[in-house]
Amino acid sequence: MAKQDIVARTGNEAMAEAMRQINPDVVAAYPITPATEVVQIFASYVADGLVDTEFVPVESEHSAMSACIGSSAAGGRVMTGTSSQGLALMAEMVYIAAGLRLPIILADVNRALSSPINIHCDHSDTMMVRDSGWVQIFSENAQEAYDNMLQAVRIAETARIPVMVTTDGFIISHGMERIEILDDATAKAFVGVYKPKDYLLNFDRVLTLGAIDLQDYYFEHRMQLAEAMKNSKSVIMDVAKDYSKTAGRNYGLFELYKMEDAKFAIIAMGSTAGTTKFVIDGLRAKGLKVGLLKPRVFRPFPKDEIAAALKGLDAVAVMDRSDAVNGHEGPLAVEIKAALYDNGLNKPLINYIYGLGGREIKTEEIESIYSDLSEIAKGKKMDRVTYLGVRE
Amino acid sequence: MDIKKKEKPGWKTLPEFDVIVGGGTAKEFKTGDWRSERPIHIPEKCINCLTCFMYCPDSAVIVKDGKMMGFDYDYCKGCGICMHECPVKGKAIKMVSEKDAKKGCI
Repeated sequence: MAKQDIVARTGNEAMAEAMRQINPDVVAAYPITPATEVVQIFASYVADGLVDTEFVPVESEHSAMSACIGSSAAGGRVMTGTSSQGLALMAEMVYIAAGLRLPIILADVNRALSSPINIHCDHSDTMMVRDSGWVQIFSENAQEAYDNMLQAVRIAETARIPVMVTTDGFIISHGMERIEILDDATAKAFVGVYKPKDYLLNFDRVLTLGAIDLQDYYFEHRMQLAEAMKNSKSVIMDVAKDYSKTAGRNYGLFELYKMEDAKFAIIAMGSTAGTTKFVIDGLRAKGLKVGLLKPRVFRPFPKDEIAAALKGLDAVAVMDRSDAVNGHEGPLAVEIKAALYDNGLNKPLINYIYGLGGREIKTEEIESIYSDLSEIAKGKKMDRVTYLGVRE
Repeated sequence: MDIKKKEKPGWKTLPEFDVIVGGGTAKEFKTGDWRSERPIHIPEKCINCLTCFMYCPDSAVIVKDGKMMGFDYDYCKGCGICMHECPVKGKAIKMVSEKDAKKGCI
């Protein structure tokens, strides 16, 4: 295992640090709060000559992803960063990047979507493009943001599918933490050299990319994307295994916290998972059998693996930091329920939509979810969806 | 009825990433069939300046030995740029609707 430096970094600094070590060929980006720093810090690395990257300061996020697509198609290793409205403006090109199977890396700092306008954290921006064909990896803290960025490069280039790594806006992006980082040589060796199979600047094998595909071929190409997404699961696991050997930190499709003998579990993504662990420690000290399942990878969704992990529980609560506004429940809850159904598990499950627009999630609120779960297990009827922390 | 279809590749054999290998493949795909108007060359008026050849975005102007020979209707999309750019007074190119052209009343 490589020796590592212990440093103080915000989530944005941690992501920029990873990008410096990755040293991509092209970064095309447009600033947006709270993701601005990721590319701003990276731009200073370019100016200081610490990386060889061609930095393209474009005029919009739509152009940022367009430039990324062009550069990636040309054969480069390409990265960008954005948030919320930026991702929304990018959305058209986000789908195209996936359809063309370009291994672009996007640092997405989660922020609520307008309207009303808001700059603080929720996951609605990532959820908006959840069906775009990108691998989506959520981070709990700055350490994970750094580790996920390094792994994302390998995942994208092996599975030939773009990857977005998310952090929670301000909570992670601007919160200073103690993190461990690899030395540059080890990080570079881990990500390796990108050798694309097909690329537009290869004049020995001339090709067209992105030709019109109508009724005859579109379906087959979409099927290939679906298959690539399915296969990316094992790629993610392989890369995590290798990363564990390099950095000594273990990753998987999701993380289990005190789940061995748990009766009640919360499923939560991002920084809330960290808060939940703190609550669990307190409740465990009182003898309560509570645990956490933290999905790390939302796309591809590890359906059967999650269902297997939930098997022994009496009741489950799914915390959604975004609202699908579908008249029933949040996007994570929908996935979890489908996973349980397909695995023949019909257990009490409730959904909490919380933290929209950066609304603080308090430890007492998470505690209240665990007490709700124990009531439900005893047979108490509750609303299937609760908007937690909203004023009546 | 025996309909022999040319077998199209399935998703397992189709080249991935929406890639078409090889250069100049646009030639194999005739793109002029959705034209609503076609340019007609009037040789009597033509001064063979080849302005139309230079402006045509689809390389659909046929030139032989430095002389304008007419149009390649397999690729001409009927944009009318050639007619617009023709410097001859009274124009050596006219645009005719496809409907009329197909009926033969040019």
